[in-house]
Amino acid sequence: MSDTHAETVSYVRETMLPQQEPPASTVGPLGWAKTNLFSGWFNTVLSVLSGLFILWLAYRLLPWIISPTWQATSLNECREIIGALNKPHGGACWGVISERWKQLMFGFYPPEHYWRPVLSLILLLVALGPLLFRHLVPAKVIYFSMLYPFIAAWLLWGGTIWNPIVAILGFVIIGLSLKFLTSVLNPALALIIGVVLAVIWWVALAGTVAGGLSAVLPIGIEAIASRQFGGFMLSITIGVTAILCSLPIGILLALGRQSDLLLVKAMCVGFIEFIRGVPLITLLFVASVLLNIFLPPGTNFDIILRVIIMVTLFASAYMAEVVRGGLAALPKGQYEGADSLGLDYWQSQRLIIMPQALKISIPGIVSTFIGVFKDTTLVSIISMFDPIGLSNAIRADTAWNGVYWELFIFIGLVFFIFCFSMSRYSMYLERRLQTGHR
Amino acid sequence: MKKSVFLGALTVAGLAAGASAAATLDDVKARGKLNCGVSTGLAGFSAPDANGEWGGFDVAVCRAVAAAVLGDPSAVEFVSTTGKTRFTALSSGEIDMLARNTTWTLSRDVDLKFTFTGVNYYDGQGFMVPKELGVSSAKELDGATVCIQTGTTTELNLADYFRKNGMNYEPVPIETNAEAQQQYLAGACDVYTTDASGLAATRATFETPADHVILPEIISKEPLGPLVRHGDDEWGDIVRWTLYALVAAEEMGITSTNVGDLSAAAGDNPEMNRMLGTEGNLGEMLGLEANWAVNAISAGGNYGEIFATNIGEETPIGLSRGLNAQWTEGGLMYAPPFR
Amino acid sequence: MTTLTDPPSESFRLSMLIYDTRYRAITFQIIALICFLLFFGWLISNTAQNLADLGKEPSFGFLMEPAGYDINQRLIDYNNQDSHLRAAFVGLLNTLLVAFLGCVTATVVGVIVGVLRLSNNWLISRLMAVYVEMFRNVPVLMWIVLCMAILIESLPAPRAFRGDDAEASMKLFDTVAITNRGVYIPEPLFSRSLGDIPVGNLFNISIDLIAILIVLAIGFYVSHRIKLKADATQEATGVRPRTWYMRLGVIFVPLAALLVILGFHLGYPELSGFNFSGGTHLRNSLIALWLALSLYTAAFIAENVRAGILAISKGQTEAASALGLRPSITMRLVILPQALRVIIPPLISQYLNLTKNSSLAIAVGYMDITGTLMGITLNQTGRELETVLLGMLIYLAISLAISAVMNFYNSRVKLVER
Repeated sequence: MSDTHAETVSYVRETMLPQQEPPASTVGPLGWAKTNLFSGWFNTVLSVLSGLFILWLAYRLLPWIISPTWQATSLNECREIIGALNKPHGGACWGVISERWKQLMFGFYPPEHYWRPVLSLILLLVALGPLLFRHLVPAKVIYFSMLYPFIAAWLLWGGTIWNPIVAILGFVIIGLSLKFLTSVLNPALALIIGVVLAVIWWVALAGTVAGGLSAVLPIGIEAIASRQFGGFMLSITIGVTAILCSLPIGILLALGRQSDLLLVKAMCVGFIEFIRGVPLITLLFVASVLLNIFLPPGTNFDIILRVIIMVTLFASAYMAEVVRGGLAALPKGQYEGADSLGLDYWQSQRLIIMPQALKISIPGIVSTFIGVFKDTTLVSIISMFDPIGLSNAIRADTAWNGVYWELFIFIGLVFFIFCFSMSRYSMYLERRLQTGHR
Repeated sequence: MKKSVFLGALTVAGLAAGASAAATLDDVKARGKLNCGVSTGLAGFSAPDANGEWGGFDVAVCRAVAAAVLGDPSAVEFVSTTGKTRFTALSSGEIDMLARNTTWTLSRDVDLKFTFTGVNYYDGQGFMVPKELGVSSAKELDGATVCIQTGTTTELNLADYFRKNGMNYEPVPIETNAEAQQQYLAGACDVYTTDASGLAATRATFETPADHVILPEIISKEPLGPLVRHGDDEWGDIVRWTLYALVAAEEMGITSTNVGDLSAAAGDNPEMNRMLGTEGNLGEMLGLEANWAVNAISAGGNYGEIFATNIGEETPIGLSRGLNAQWTEGGLMYAPPFR
Repeated sequence: MTTLTDPPSESFRLSMLIYDTRYRAITFQIIALICFLLFFGWLISNTAQNLADLGKEPSFGFLMEPAGYDINQRLIDYNNQDSHLRAAFVGLLNTLLVAFLGCVTATVVGVIVGVLRLSNNWLISRLMAVYVEMFRNVPVLMWIVLCMAILIESLPAPRAFRGDDAEASMKLFDTVAITNRGVYIPEPLFSRSLGDIPVGNLFNISIDLIAILIVLAIGFYVSHRIKLKADATQEATGVRPRTWYMRLGVIFVPLAALLVILGFHLGYPELSGFNFSGGTHLRNSLIALWLALSLYTAAFIAENVRAGILAISKGQTEAASALGLRPSITMRLVILPQALRVIIPPLISQYLNLTKNSSLAIAVGYMDITGTLMGITLNQTGRELETVLLGMLIYLAISLAISAVMNFYNSRVKLVER
């Protein structure tokens, strides 16, 4: 066809033109810069201004940061070193970091036991394995995940090994009563009986049994008081415990908020809105000055536990909202499908609704965790030695009185590394968990 | 899972339940540790070092009490408290005694239901200004911006002082000493006011201490001392007399180096003998071992030694004894007789 | 819980309370209620017992006693002889002030950053990403403290303004002094002031301000009427009459007249004694808190804005460009109004967060409700229970009020679906 065409119309080209190079202004670094930095006068102005800003920042900060004061043992020594260098903007005093970084990480935890919090952190990753690296770890690891809270608590606080074992037995009691009583009774009733039995076990018997067992078979590691926790270890302990504990409470609250039972719903809404309506710092004031007044006379347990309780309550209100979001995102067909299979309320929640709703909520859970982790810095206001509290204590040491920026830069950097990697991971998880039915 | 961690932690950490109202001595002995409330960090008075070991003037009092009661100066749990949490911690029984630069006032003694067991440092509120301002008296501070630590009696004293003298001022409330120091040095406030000891300690750490002067006016009395709860007089007596033992030891010339020799056998000084337990039964009266005072003194030395090692003129803090000298040397440190 | 209705049974048996779905719900609710009441009763009895042991009696009488301390940053008159209640009120106003300022600034910054993050300028979008990640991943307490430290260290002290060859000088034709104690700006003064109306004995409202607001309101109303009339003319004739000068005129001419009548002039700050005097003093603590809270919250708002914009289908942008709208107009008229519906719900919770985070003001010595009522008042009176509970109630009321207002707004702009 083209042949005939070519013969009849003589002015049509017979061959394609050779492909030309794109204009020099659109390729290479120059072209990239033109499209991405200097397209239009407005973008050019913005680019130039921000470029100048970056340069100015680097000019002011770099000489200060690069300062050979790593070996200094006091602020005065730093001043001598910097004075000898004759720098225009002074320099940082990194000696305080090299001397105190372990304290900022572990607080007053005995150095010979540093392996215990480190091991707990590694085990935490293993325990989260079934969730985080599902394709890498065998499914059996989930049993380890269930045991992890006890192992971690034992590793961190130490003491006799019988304490966690006895605590686990309480859950075994609940499990057994669920298993055997469900056939006879209503499952909810069986659960209540199981919990009551377990509470009796924990409150009345567990202490004596653990004491007796440890007298017979004294296996254990050195006990470490929670007052010796500090630094980032304290932040992580409070954050992780609060999130783990708040997850089940949050699920119950979210279900309660969606419940048809008016009274239950009102209580859940009231609790959630109350906690979300007040700042965390007021809850911490409650932990530090009021909780002892609310509890029976003579009860007196240490401030870390009180703080963990209040942070857990705080986190569970937020967790409830995250889970509620997950529940709302589920198509209604899932509920109807469960009903049509003849599942009762708890069965459908356990087998159909929750697994999907929780999967959708994972990014929300992670961001709640990041929020709680960052908020643990507030405990410095009630005299606990989180990184910020420790930085105040370090500055009270006569050798370092007057050091300011170095500590804050270090603490901020560590926080950034933790939180940033977590948020990146949650974004990755979000993408991976998308099953694509929407 | 929720209960697992919570109860697990409860059991593991040990729910330290116990009646706090009375018999603090028995509690402490049963626990084997003294819970002592200190500040979160104040140079010279209480601060943890790189190994987490607490040291300082207030800390030394805690250690002396622990040594007197338990025979071991290291058997102390230091509980850090802020201006806000210190009284609650004490009244709730979380701590057995508080040694945190706390000013003895009537309302704290009576209304907040505490017992002050003596004074370990006589302080007063002062002012520090940069020399270049050319101010030589607090009366010239009309219109100045004043940095002040919140949650202390200094706030009220400051308000009273300026009102009494018909002057205006702009308060800049600050949470910690470190921040006050930063603001003051940058010129964000003209004056820094706190206890004179704190001023001296702060000035000592400046790059050029000579550029700053502490004004002669001391506008308040700040007797700082350890305190315990109302209602347990036996425990209060122990803390009170441990403190007095330290003071008396300095007066009698007992130091941490010679206390061993002096207590080995009864000497010629009957009061010293009674205090060191080589004569009489003062320790038994207090419910302690006979060598309670020996332990207390060997923990960190007598009052003068504690002062010298933590805040004295040889240290960076560089405080002179002043009011805190022995009464024999014109100070106010005066221990009642050990009899 | 199930939709099945059970066949009616003739006689009532006790076991039906558990097994009969008609009664089960009620049974469970009553059990829950009893547990709840028992729990509260337990807490209250513990509290009463503990307070009795401590020899304290819960009472709010202390609120009427003189506070004894001074507050530098205050919106209403206050001196150290006023009551604790008034000090708490000063604190409450300070909380509201910084929360309001913070919310406004955070929204503006957040929207700009959110839009710029999607800019096709590589450097700008990266810079914005760095800003967002930096602020989102470091605790707000650190930002507050850092902002304060930066202000203190980088700005000149008032004494640097002194002398003939001063190191620092006032900005903007000698009207604004930027120091490390805060910013002093000119204050509006009226030489023929109409005076104040006292509201209770809490605070005074300036009649001048009321007069100005009334004149402005009338001006805007008339201006709106002119616009409606112009719209009507346009509908009828197709030609829009030029009205902008009239619309501006009805607002500004009466206002200017009123200001002249009241003798309006500016009071400039000047250095006298230790400090600048005259002018309005925006204290450092306020600026640092405001800056830190708005930058921190803006980072979160920017992400919400970005998500909102990305949620708008690309067809909208393409349709707008097909109509010949320029990118900036497309963003302003097409994308943002639609994205707003996605953005507003998370925005509400960001506002709430900002308000609650303002309780960290004590870290820089800004005397908000946490600093006064739950800070110094608590310390001086030793009334932990009363002050903390009162403070929590106040925060709760603020939060509920904010969510009520914003939810009302949200329901107004929400897309009405079937």
